[in-house]
Amino acid sequence: MTTDELKQLTSNKIVDARGTACPGPLLAAKKAIGEIASGEIMEIYSSDEGTKNDIPRWCQKMSHEFLGIVEEPSYSRLFLRKA
Amino acid sequence: MDLLLNEQIEELKKKVEALEKGTEEQISMVVFSGDLDKLLAAMIIATGAAAYDMKVKLFFTFWAIAALRDPAKTVKGKNFMEIMFGWMLPKGSGKTTLSKMNMGGMGTSMMKGIMKKHNVASLQEMITTAGELGVEIALCEMSMNLMGFKKEEMIDYPGMTVCGVATFLSDASESKIQLFI
Repeated sequence: MTTDELKQLTSNKIVDARGTACPGPLLAAKKAIGEIASGEIMEIYSSDEGTKNDIPRWCQKMSHEFLGIVEEPSYSRLFLRKA
Repeated sequence: MDLLLNEQIEELKKKVEALEKGTEEQISMVVFSGDLDKLLAAMIIATGAAAYDMKVKLFFTFWAIAALRDPAKTVKGKNFMEIMFGWMLPKGSGKTTLSKMNMGGMGTSMMKGIMKKHNVASLQEMITTAGELGVEIALCEMSMNLMGFKKEEMIDYPGMTVCGVATFLSDASESKIQLFI
């Protein structure tokens, strides 16, 4: 998805993991994914650089669909659709 | 001829199924070191693996066991050597030190300060999170006996067990990842 398309999305859940370091954002994502239904969209806020590599890989393994990243000045918004 | 081939295919299918089942997503770790940095590494991998829905089994042995002691708990009935061991080793995860650059504790407290600044979870927090995520911890019975540690003086951790090398081996043989830290 393009950045503009991602910005149009309404997430069913937003996980704010800004400020936490590895494995904080991953654990926050894991915790929150159980709270949404299959097909719903989750958004993760992270200021940890590594998360941008970690979450897409985690999605692949867990067969969630990784939708893309929107960069904000001090953090990233990572979008995924639950399998 | 075809019948025989079909039979063989069916048999192979069963074998593949059994193999796939045998290597279910599981990770087994021997946690040997009682050093803060190594314990942190072990707990980060353990919680990360739990986030991957892997079954995680930690086998705490030797020096690592001291880090699971609850500083608030005391047990009676230890002999002189056991009391000495208990006294010389860190009482709980909060008392563990770095494997390098400890500098009489200065390095460790500096590292803890830096970790806080970078919002890295403390070892105690990591252990609590691991418990919530269903990471299993087993304690090596032989080490416990050697050092005179009792299960009653360990932290309250869900489903903590005491076991021997056979448990580790059987779990490790069913794991895709085995680590010694």
